[in-house]
Amino acid sequence: MSALAADAIEVYRTATRNNRMGMWLFFFSELFLFGGLLITRFALWVDEDGHIIRPELDQNVGLIVTVVLLASSYFMNRSEVAIANGRKRDFLVSLWITGFLGVVFLLGVVIFEWGLIHLPFVEHHIGPTDGVFGAVIFGMTGMHAIHVITGVAFIVVVWRNGKRDVYTEERHWGVEACAIYWHYVDLVWIFFYPAIYLIGHAVH
Amino acid sequence: MLMQLGLTRGLIYQAAGTVLGMVVTMVWRLLAGMPLWDQEVVFVVGGLVGGFAFMWGVGAIDDWLEWCRGKATPLVHGPPRDKPAWTRYFSTDYNHKVIGIQYSVTSLLMLMIGGSFALIFRAELAQADLQFLGMGMYNKLIGLHGWAVIAAILLGVGGMANYLVPLMIGAEDMAFPRLNAFAFWINVPGGLLLLASAFLGGFDAGWTAYPPLSTQGSVGYQFLFLAIYFVGLSSILGSLNLLVTILTMRPKGMDLFRIPIFCWAVLATSLIQLTATQAIGTAFLMGLSERALGMGFFDPEGGGNPILFQHIFWFYSHPAVYVFVLPGLGIISELLPVFSRKPLFGYRWIALSSLAIALVGFLVWGHHMFTSGYSPYLRVPFMVATLLVAVPTGVKFFSWVATMWGGRLRFPTPMLFTLGAISVFLLGGLTGPILATVASDLYLHDTYFVVGHFHATLFGGFVFPFCAAIYFWFPKITGRMYNEALGKLHFYIMTPAFWLMSIGQMTVGTMGMRRRIVDYDPTLGGGLVEARHLETTIAAFLIGLSILIMIYNLVTSAEIGVRAPANPWRSRSPEWQIPSPVPEHSFAAPLQVVGEPYDYGLEEEYVVMDESQAGHAQAH
Ligand SMILES: [Cu+2]
Repeated sequence: MSALAADAIEVYRTATRNNRMGMWLFFFSELFLFGGLLITRFALWVDEDGHIIRPELDQNVGLIVTVVLLASSYFMNRSEVAIANGRKRDFLVSLWITGFLGVVFLLGVVIFEWGLIHLPFVEHHIGPTDGVFGAVIFGMTGMHAIHVITGVAFIVVVWRNGKRDVYTEERHWGVEACAIYWHYVDLVWIFFYPAIYLIGHAVH
Repeated sequence: MLMQLGLTRGLIYQAAGTVLGMVVTMVWRLLAGMPLWDQEVVFVVGGLVGGFAFMWGVGAIDDWLEWCRGKATPLVHGPPRDKPAWTRYFSTDYNHKVIGIQYSVTSLLMLMIGGSFALIFRAELAQADLQFLGMGMYNKLIGLHGWAVIAAILLGVGGMANYLVPLMIGAEDMAFPRLNAFAFWINVPGGLLLLASAFLGGFDAGWTAYPPLSTQGSVGYQFLFLAIYFVGLSSILGSLNLLVTILTMRPKGMDLFRIPIFCWAVLATSLIQLTATQAIGTAFLMGLSERALGMGFFDPEGGGNPILFQHIFWFYSHPAVYVFVLPGLGIISELLPVFSRKPLFGYRWIALSSLAIALVGFLVWGHHMFTSGYSPYLRVPFMVATLLVAVPTGVKFFSWVATMWGGRLRFPTPMLFTLGAISVFLLGGLTGPILATVASDLYLHDTYFVVGHFHATLFGGFVFPFCAAIYFWFPKITGRMYNEALGKLHFYIMTPAFWLMSIGQMTVGTMGMRRRIVDYDPTLGGGLVEARHLETTIAAFLIGLSILIMIYNLVTSAEIGVRAPANPWRSRSPEWQIPSPVPEHSFAAPLQVVGEPYDYGLEEEYVVMDESQAGHAQAH
């Protein structure tokens, strides 16, 4: 390796170290956004006696989209490991599956949970204007969905660049950033899912 | 020529984007079978699309779009090749020194706009009864004054931090230059939305946007919510950048307790901006969606809770006060040793006190809500926590006094403003515990006493130090000295005028004058309230005059001022060891730390340039 190339790798490593720290600081910042929404949920979903309550929601929908999202994180991890080991095909396939599962999650939320598209066999009861239940559900899942959409867009960009051999074993910060972002969005859902679907007793 | 400026393109894109967003929303509504016009939704989408269109037009996201296409983009240094050098200040530029100036000039502009709103309603308040302002116009101006000045302060803080931090730690630039440019330019559409809200009725229920008034008030509130979302994004991204820069880009040997003290202030400030800003974003987003989509977060009808808004709002807006003042206090600590020719007393204590103020600041927000009706037992912990802030703040005062003690003091304009800042901040600081104490706050809440308190805090913590910083680093930025006589004139008008204004505000407050009310009973305070108001108004106009003198001084001195030597103040800080104005690549060689930053009076330097490595910094 020539001196210049070694120098370039050193510069790339420094930049990546800075990028990584920036990314984590951004997540730390976002913690306060999602934390604010969680606080809103626990402040508003209480009855007169101060007991925590939740609306009656379709448990199957919640469980299925959660499983889908968790599975996507697994494939995202596979994808990142693959590029780090130089297995390009594996990297692209796993990334594709991640994006696909992300879209499935989004459709699950939009069609079944939000009921934006009316299907004859799905029953809907809550809209955004239905008091605190509607406001908090749409606020939390909406803010999360915006992050999932950003994540899917990120995946599309990384996938296209991956096909054009932009990433190598040593230089794939783009993939790493995409992966930790995706895991982070997943992690948020792990807190949101019980807050919306499980905690407190259901009221009509 | 005009079309070559990024700013012009950005503005055109923003106008087009706003119209496009509005039209698309209306068409979509029509197709979905809803009534065509719903100002809440249409204006929100228009404002949002317009804001992003501006960023596209100004060129702040060009490189990132290239990255998305898989292309690497080298960082281009220096002024644009095919255009005059001054155009870089009106276009996307990645040099932190340019961005620092962009921030600072925008800040001064916004400060003058926000200040003139205040002068208009101060003139109205000079006499009892209504003279020339209608009630609606008064409410509009008072809200606009608040947010315009807050935006100006955030910009000024960004200006000082962006210009100074990389120079002070000997870094080539910020860690993320493109993000830096983005974080500045997003303020422009934000600021425009803020001012444009005046044409949509403003935010006439006060700058705090408390529901239910804000969710029922004029549609200008939607533009306010959007504007603060943009400005808040700038805070978050800018502080992230500063944190990474300070934490990773210091030269060898400059450990965290050896950086110039201003960087510690920025570190503490950035921690607040990075996190707390999300809270006001969340609160305003909820307010925005309550208005636009009917989501009932705060409407008690469906179980919502208006007090929740106050909690989330003040979770940001109290720590935000420390965002406004900590950098200014850092400037005070930075300048005092230079003009006292003595080491900074208790460096570690000052550094850690900034951090302590920032952290305790997260636990005190409830002091704004003593009268809101939340659980009374919560008042006591909030009171105690608030009073606790006085401890680290007191540390700073004692350190300043000890730094000056026995020093060989000199009094050029920057030092005068530093001393003025200390005196004014003391006034603001000492009135704090009175308001933090529940028993007295119940009487003073929402009176002009509060107005006097926070104006003293912000003038002492931001305006005076900002002026000191401008005069102090003016030779570094322009290579010329400002006019000393005009600088002193500015100081000797502004300081007594400010004291008169602040005492006047506090006095009418204790007489029972309520804030945000256009008129008052002239018999208040035994009939003296009108005279106090008149004095306050005269003082406010004098402050305005003194700021104009400063602007005149800066503009003319940049052209015809005496050439400044490289280090007119004999400072030890790294930025004064390089030529003025600072060259494109600030440091010709990497810095080596050989001493302590504030050892004035000792022979040994703080930093020297490692000449053997000269040119290496530019190799990348
Ligand atoms: Cu406060």
